[in-house]
Amino acid sequence: MEQKELREQENRCIQEHAPECTATCPAHVDVRALAAELSKGDFGAAYKIYRKSVPFPGIISHVCDQPCKATCLRKDLGGAIEIAALERACLEYGSHEAEPIKPLPRKSKTMAIIGAGISGLTVAYDLARKGWGVVIYEASDRMGGGLWQTPPDALPRDVLVSDLEIIEALGVEIRLNSFVGRTGGNGHRTVLSRLCEEYDAVYLGIGPHSSDIPELRLDENGQIAIDPVTFQTSRAGVFAGGDVLRVSVNFPNQTFDHSAILSLSEGRRAATSIDRYLQNVSLTAARVNEGAYTTRLFTNTAGITSQAPHILTDLSTRYSREAAEEEAARCLQCECMECVKTCEYLKHYKGYPKKYIREIYNNLSIVMGSRNSNQFINSCSLCGLCGEVCPTDLNMASIIHNSREMMVEQKRMPPSAHEFALRDLEFSIGEPFSFARHAPSASTSLYALFPGCQLCASSPDHVEALYKRILARPKAQSEPVGLLLHCCGSPADWAGRVDLFEQSQESFYSNYEQLGCPTLILACSSCYRTFQDQYPDVKIVSLWEWMEQEALLPPRVARTNIPHLAIHDPCATRYEKDIQESVRRILQQLGIVVEELPLNREKTECCSFGGMMWLANPPLAHRVVERRIQFSESDYVTYCAMCRDFFARQGKPALHVLDLVFADDPATATRRPDPGFSLRRENRRDLKRRLLDQFWGETMEPLPEFSKVRLILSEEVHELCEQRLILQEDIQQVIDHAEKTGSKLMDRESGHWLASYRPANVTYWVEYLPEGDGVRVFRVYSHRMNVEAGGQK
Amino acid sequence: MSEHVLASDLERWECAKCGIPLVLGKVDVSYLNSSYQVDLLHCPKCGMVFVSEDLAVGKMAELEKSLEDK
Repeated sequence: MEQKELREQENRCIQEHAPECTATCPAHVDVRALAAELSKGDFGAAYKIYRKSVPFPGIISHVCDQPCKATCLRKDLGGAIEIAALERACLEYGSHEAEPIKPLPRKSKTMAIIGAGISGLTVAYDLARKGWGVVIYEASDRMGGGLWQTPPDALPRDVLVSDLEIIEALGVEIRLNSFVGRTGGNGHRTVLSRLCEEYDAVYLGIGPHSSDIPELRLDENGQIAIDPVTFQTSRAGVFAGGDVLRVSVNFPNQTFDHSAILSLSEGRRAATSIDRYLQNVSLTAARVNEGAYTTRLFTNTAGITSQAPHILTDLSTRYSREAAEEEAARCLQCECMECVKTCEYLKHYKGYPKKYIREIYNNLSIVMGSRNSNQFINSCSLCGLCGEVCPTDLNMASIIHNSREMMVEQKRMPPSAHEFALRDLEFSIGEPFSFARHAPSASTSLYALFPGCQLCASSPDHVEALYKRILARPKAQSEPVGLLLHCCGSPADWAGRVDLFEQSQESFYSNYEQLGCPTLILACSSCYRTFQDQYPDVKIVSLWEWMEQEALLPPRVARTNIPHLAIHDPCATRYEKDIQESVRRILQQLGIVVEELPLNREKTECCSFGGMMWLANPPLAHRVVERRIQFSESDYVTYCAMCRDFFARQGKPALHVLDLVFADDPATATRRPDPGFSLRRENRRDLKRRLLDQFWGETMEPLPEFSKVRLILSEEVHELCEQRLILQEDIQQVIDHAEKTGSKLMDRESGHWLASYRPANVTYWVEYLPEGDGVRVFRVYSHRMNVEAGGQK
Repeated sequence: MSEHVLASDLERWECAKCGIPLVLGKVDVSYLNSSYQVDLLHCPKCGMVFVSEDLAVGKMAELEKSLEDK
């Protein structure tokens, strides 16, 4: 995946977009962060957040027209947050903690501001802080312009004066009673021309009737032409804002509301332009979302209860500390996080897709140093739920999958990440399990049953019974159904191993073609998805739809021993509505009323088998399953063998749909334990042997020599084998090798033997002692490092 | 005394094939493109090395992971 593509994907994540209040506020006050601090009682931190966007916190918090309230998502859930009142609380209880504003070291250039209204004062504040020299020309005898017209009840004069002192404290030179008229004293030059000679830039924060400054070009309406983004006029270095801009923007409407927060925002934007002008850099680059704009942030308000404000406020209301904290706590803290809320994996790494995609990019491009995101990349189940719930359809599964392929290509995929599952794939496509046959009495196959490796590993008896039933159906002769045991290759695909996947496909096709390319009847949902995506030329049908079509279900029997069941849809069927429906109809036909889980069908969750999360991150996989099995008290029924077994492994009574068709007692079947990794292999090998023998009268190749070692494992050792991914055949090989070569150690304390063997990339260690005709195993462990005594290589 | 060998293991193990006790000495340990020499118990005659369970699932596993992520 190229950087450009990753960047595009990253930009689809809207989590970092501003909440409605901030986007609507022309000055982009971070109301969400401010409310978060206030709700914790940290008024000082809240004040700092406020002052970052608002240079005159006293004035604005008393006169703001609060456009934010109109878009606050609390609006329809009890009423918008009382934002201005909260801002005044910041001022009252938090301003004393703030450090005085310190300007940067003085730079050489100086600019002039005409008019000391709120926009001009904001320009002065921003540029003085950056170290530019600033001189204000004000026609009247005081700064503040129209603010003095606000009634003192609303804007107490001490608040106004105190904020105006901020400008003085920054070292701005203030020239009051300095009227800047059309012409200069001697009538030869205008004042603007003289100011332009004297200063490096000029800002006109002038009143509405200023269209008679002759140096400035007028627009088609006869108003001063002002660039709406940069606030430049036609004369280089001269910028304009405040009411003169408002007149121009609102023309021909001559009456408009004065908005202090809008004037402040315009001052800020003009200051940005002037700062760039003084530095001689681009005025227009990267000027997005200035002033009020529409945010793309999505916030799900479903389930949020209505809550009215603590008290309704006006611009003179003063909160107590407690009242402010309580009101701030009503803020919804708007954010998207839709995917993170539904996915344990995305939650586990404490970020969200935008952040994750950046990390993935870094991980893929790092040359030296640790690749810290390897485990993150390998822990995703690739189930696609994130894409389903994302308001912008951003699907991490495809990004993660591509990243794995890139890691393999770069030879950076940790060998331990998927090896255990890939060895299992090798088993399933090889001699021990795979084979293809026409039905016993047929020479062609219209269909072939493809049960998939994990159903055979988990319920070999059901597969045998199923095939028997298929062979016994009336159409068995006219529409013969062959049998194909193989793996679909999904583990290789999930691991990003294009090479192994192709190898698996090649092996599949040779079996498939041998049967004359029949329609595959797929029992496994992961197989179904893999065939659909990766084998476009293979005709497939799900077992469930086919069983319905062929009327292969047992007649409805009123069974009393079936527990109450909730249905879990395997994640691979997320968009297979027909399969979901078919399974539900089958259950209904079996006389079962199922409960629906809150996250079902297209919103279903993975059992952690997908993407091999279970292998890359067992503790996370454990939590994923735990979360899933706690959605309902009922036992679960599903149509994926791995989902069933993973639930069972963590103690959830669960059934496979085939248990309801073939098990003698479904109630007992809910308690059927997960077979474990070793038995999964044995079951597959044994199934092949039984089927070949029973239906085709063939015998299988004898088992390898080492499998004659009869193991005696305590439950504890068995559990250790599962945890450490050590198969019984690994143990048998160690013991067989040790006994044949004599290479083993003796523990003088216990008298036990300890031996090791390295069949491929892993060294297995087994502590054992012969017992009767078997071998008791006390301890098993493994490592990947190669260890050799010097000179023994 | 090696940091990878427990004192209690020192006199405990003997090579069954050669019938002699294991001794502490330099052993080559390698993974991916890295290799190290560490002191481990091994048979001075046939070279069979003893890796304890603690070492395998502890320090070795950690080092394997960090080398895989390098």
